[in-house]
Amino acid sequence: MTWFKYAGKRLLMLIPVIICVTFVLFLILSAAPGDIARNLLGDDATEEQIAAKKAEMGLDQPLLTRYVNYMAGVCRLDFGTSWTNNEEVLDRFAARLPNTLLLSTLAMTFAIAVGVPLGIGSAIKQYSLLDYGSSFVAMLLFSLPAFWLGTMCQVLFCVSLRWLPTSGLGTPAHWVLPTIILGANTMATMIRMSRTSMLDVIRQDYIRTARAKGASERVVIRHHAMRNGLIPVVTQIGVSFAGTIGGAVVTENIFAIPGIGTLLLNAVKSRDVPVVLGTVIFVTIIVGVINLLVDLLCAKIDPRINLAS
Amino acid sequence: MARKHKKPLSEYSTGQLVMFRFRKNKLAMFGVFLLALVFLAVLLAPVLSSYEAVTKMHIRDKFSAPNATYIFGTDEFGRDLFARILYGGRISLLCSFAIIGIAFVIGALIGGAAGYFGGKVDTILMRIVDMLMAVPSALLAMAIITALGNGIWKLVVALAISQVARFARIVRSSVLTLRNVEYIEAAKCYGCSSLRIILKHILPNGIGPIIVSATLCLGQTILSISSMGYLGLGVASPTPEWGTIISENKINIQAYPYLGIIPGICICLTVMAVNFIGDGLRDAFDPRTKN
Repeated sequence: MTWFKYAGKRLLMLIPVIICVTFVLFLILSAAPGDIARNLLGDDATEEQIAAKKAEMGLDQPLLTRYVNYMAGVCRLDFGTSWTNNEEVLDRFAARLPNTLLLSTLAMTFAIAVGVPLGIGSAIKQYSLLDYGSSFVAMLLFSLPAFWLGTMCQVLFCVSLRWLPTSGLGTPAHWVLPTIILGANTMATMIRMSRTSMLDVIRQDYIRTARAKGASERVVIRHHAMRNGLIPVVTQIGVSFAGTIGGAVVTENIFAIPGIGTLLLNAVKSRDVPVVLGTVIFVTIIVGVINLLVDLLCAKIDPRINLAS
Repeated sequence: MARKHKKPLSEYSTGQLVMFRFRKNKLAMFGVFLLALVFLAVLLAPVLSSYEAVTKMHIRDKFSAPNATYIFGTDEFGRDLFARILYGGRISLLCSFAIIGIAFVIGALIGGAAGYFGGKVDTILMRIVDMLMAVPSALLAMAIITALGNGIWKLVVALAISQVARFARIVRSSVLTLRNVEYIEAAKCYGCSSLRIILKHILPNGIGPIIVSATLCLGQTILSISSMGYLGLGVASPTPEWGTIISENKINIQAYPYLGIIPGICICLTVMAVNFIGDGLRDAFDPRTKN
């Protein structure tokens, strides 16, 4: 019961956050210099046409009125229409969301599935070849720009060696490289986090106690060390997921994946305010929900975490 | 410990001890060396090359592989890659430092005020910070770029604002741990002004974690500024920047791999140097974190 209560409370707390975030974004985006209506209509538009376009877009109204109207629309799930092609923002977003969510989830899964075992292994066998090797990989991935890694891998594996398709979507093979590139940075974080956290736990008294009572190394690591050592790692998943969606902008751009990232990038370039606003709000909600799930997961792993407080 | 004068540890100041520990860290010192090298090269760009070489096209020498005349080779227009990387590095590094500087100052003001004054000020400021944190920083930066338009200084402002919340949090927690310490209490009893207490007592004692995260953040900022350049949201060609150099050469990388490899190594080494220094500082400020 507390679970539902807590989750409900957190979801309700998301509402004021969204209202404020939208307001701040609205403020920022309304500061956009230049006459947008004039830009859209071109140079040979008459003043009347421009005024009519402004009225159509609601730009002739004061900021606060526009904000209230926009929020009223959001409540009806109406995020307005794109300024560049008059499509519904929601439709464009909904069409591309699955691709980005799948890509981010695959990337996170890859990062966790490879990074966490490497980190735990490094902690158990500290100063071993595995430890040095994975620390080096983490350091390298941390310092390499994703766009460079993506471009180089694309050239090497897709263009030169022809092992994988270059860009676009279709077969599972299309997802391989984008997943690895998007997950690389998170993997580095996971290696480091799980290594540090496990090393911390392994030195605790209760691990020595567990060993002293004769528990096998496997039981010690699995039941005593991992359960405690992985809590910071789970928390990190929420943070990393937000970063992954941000990183998707670069990855989707390299591999020409029609997702939220490419949508946002094109909207930013053409200064399509409704699309930018809608996308950022949506992603903020998604990230908020994921953080909630992560907190619930943490409470599940560690009963000491009290959700009520 | 290889100290020349053998006096007891307690006679050294915290700062000196931090420096001892930092200097003993080989990776960190390697980072300092690497970064110094990068800085030297970038600062000496007018000596090592010239600004004209950045945009000058030697059409006949286009796609020359690295050789004696063109150390890093030339691109499709016959422009000297060495000159472009040096001058591009100036922009990348300057902007990264500017971003961290701006984010640090604004973040320190917000976080410092929140932590020091507490109460309502804290609640209001931290609500704002929480709100900023709710939006993924890359997306926030892109939203600000939409509003401001393209341009390198606008990009700096956008990336700086997207980092403010992070700094505000770190500064606040740093201040909170120090707020009720006895020597701050004593300073208050002496009648020190809030500003003096913050600048003279809280700042020097709480700066450790802030420097560490600023350094680690600097590495990520170098990456994000070149990512933005790659995506076409920052510096416009023909002005060089590390990200734009890779972006403008990407169609030729397959045939002429050095066009991708060399700028990539430059970015990687610089960021790695900064990260080594950051890790070294973290271990030096807080030896307990060192494994």
